Amino acid sequence: MSTKVLLVDDEKDFLEVLGERMKIRGMDVSTAATATEALSLTEDQSFDAIVLDLMMPEMDGLEVLQNIKAKNPELQVILLTGHGSIEKGVEAMRLGAMDFVEKPADLESLTEKIKKAQARKMILVERKAEEEVRNIIISKGW
Amino acid sequence: MSFWQRIKPDFWEHHDVAAGLHSHLFNLRRIWLLSIVLIASAAIIPVFFLTVIDYRVTRNAIESENINRTIRLVSNTRRTVSFFITERQYALQFLARDNSLEKIGNQERLDTILENLKDSFGRFTDLEAIDTRGNQIAYSGPYNLEATNYRDQNWFKEVLVHGDYISDIFMGSRMNPHMVIAVTHPENNGNGYILRATVEASQFHEELLQIESGSEEELLITNHEGILQTPSKRFGSIFGEIALEIPKYSESTRVLEATGPDGEALFLGYAYLENTPFILMAARDKSSLMQSWYQARDQIVTYLIGSIAVILIVVLVVATYLVSKIHTADQNRVAALHKVEYINKMASIGRLSAGVAHEINNPLAIINEKTGLMKDLLLQMEESPIRNRIETLADAILQSVNRCSRITRRLLNFARHSEAAFNLIDIGEVIDNVTGFLNKEAEYRDIQIDIDIAPDIPLIKSDRGKLEQIFLNLMNNAFAALEDGGYLNIKARKLSGERLRVLVIDDGCGIPPEDLPRVFEPFFSTRTQQGGTGLGLSITRNLVEEIGGTIDVESQPGEGTRFSITLPFNPDIAKNETDTSAPG
Repeated sequence: MSTKVLLVDDEKDFLEVLGERMKIRGMDVSTAATATEALSLTEDQSFDAIVLDLMMPEMDGLEVLQNIKAKNPELQVILLTGHGSIEKGVEAMRLGAMDFVEKPADLESLTEKIKKAQARKMILVERKAEEEVRNIIISKGW
Repeated sequence: MSFWQRIKPDFWEHHDVAAGLHSHLFNLRRIWLLSIVLIASAAIIPVFFLTVIDYRVTRNAIESENINRTIRLVSNTRRTVSFFITERQYALQFLARDNSLEKIGNQERLDTILENLKDSFGRFTDLEAIDTRGNQIAYSGPYNLEATNYRDQNWFKEVLVHGDYISDIFMGSRMNPHMVIAVTHPENNGNGYILRATVEASQFHEELLQIESGSEEELLITNHEGILQTPSKRFGSIFGEIALEIPKYSESTRVLEATGPDGEALFLGYAYLENTPFILMAARDKSSLMQSWYQARDQIVTYLIGSIAVILIVVLVVATYLVSKIHTADQNRVAALHKVEYINKMASIGRLSAGVAHEINNPLAIINEKTGLMKDLLLQMEESPIRNRIETLADAILQSVNRCSRITRRLLNFARHSEAAFNLIDIGEVIDNVTGFLNKEAEYRDIQIDIDIAPDIPLIKSDRGKLEQIFLNLMNNAFAALEDGGYLNIKARKLSGERLRVLVIDDGCGIPPEDLPRVFEPFFSTRTQQGGTGLGLSITRNLVEEIGGTIDVESQPGEGTRFSITLPFNPDIAKNETDTSAPG
């Protein structure tokens, strides 16, 4: 099963190229050029990791992050930004982002982080499944 | 350093480094001078006038007191002297009325009378009875003056006209100063006679000597022609002519100012003794009488000079103090304006560079990704020289992108200054950041930069922006002082007590010792001609203090300068410690 990644960035050129490179590396990449598009995509499908640009014209990356986390807390978000500001990074981590990558990003480190995100999500999902099983066991009481 | 240099207030040599926009509001030397002149004159003029009035009042009071005393002295003495003369005159009148011509002609009787007179009054030398034609009737006394005719003598004529006569004091044949008192026996039937007595005059001198109270005053008697009737220390011996203008007749006692024989100033009190040819005079030495006045005058003058001196000193000190305060306030004002301007400028530069960095970052990311994709695609191609060539080119592009991104990152770091916040910071990284900024200039000028950070320094809690600014300022300063090919050494060491020290050492031109204490003052600059504001180090010190540190400087001209910054690991704790240690 290939890693399912959602790239969100307002810069189309960047989006396409990065997507293509990730596909070459064997990932299942979806792209969204706007925040609304990204939000609708997250509603329809599940992703292992979301790479999210912090600075976007209509909705700030932090807001998108909040929205996503509100709906689907186990989604792993890696923030991507040209603004190498620690303050924003700290804020993002507080809101539940998994990691923070400065633009121009090194693809290798980004890939690594995506892998980590996937692993984390798997754990989360497994834990969730386990909990469900336990709930079922407790409630049904075979 | 001369005395003047040491006491000279700061504002004296004040000159505007910032003429124009932030020029100083005040001409401080003029304010200083004006306030001194105004306050001093407002204080001194009343004191001066009071003193002048007091001077005159005191002088007049002392002068009139002296005049009054002289008048009293003369009046009292006149009474005594007059009493002496009239006492004898009335005694003779009584004798003349009491004794008829026959009785007085009796030698024995006359001797008894003289004897009684001597016993009861004293000073009578002889007694003589003369008939109205001038012939002697009887004589009693030590001298053999019998059978003299007085008819043609002046005193005889006078006594016949007035009924009595008092002569000047004269020596006569008796070889003793004496005077003559004569009275008539008023009988018109041819039995009238004249009683003439001689009285020793040395008595006057003795009496006067008794009354005299001090060496500065002298009582004396002259006749109306100015012939001395008593010996005088000042005016010469008896019967000499007095070296004074005879004061004109007055019924009452008068005082006038005169000049003595030696040119000395005198108070001369005088009184004409009634019915006698005598003038009583009291000569008092003005200079000694006015002694108390001179003392008072000296006191007044001393007081005046003293108060003026005190006023001047106080005014000088107060004016200097106030103008110094104005100067300091003005300096602070200009410094604050400069600082605000500087901060604004830095903030604008920050915003601008942040914007630029941001705008550049996005295209850089695209270049980065596209080149990466190119490389990815190349990997799928067969190995060929062209593929290798393109791969090298792509790597070169990625390297350049990397360089650009380092520059933008630095710009962004630099732009974050205004957001002051304390974070955990690696001091080595901050220093690397800043030196990275200056690397190009260092390379170009062949300046060697050595950075030596002790490995045991932990992360410290501080403000990154401020630290960067501090090191940037210090290194810029060092670069200005360094020759091409110079050497800059930056060392960081851990100190005891949760502190660390960073040394910025250059081997540049150094700072002269006389300038050393002032390098942190605002507007102190030796580079004003080359565009220095003199604020760099002052701002640096402010920044260091804001993050709880201290900054010091050591320098040897020609050998280099060493700035040393001491920073606490945690400024909050350090601050609390100093706070709690203060009251103890």
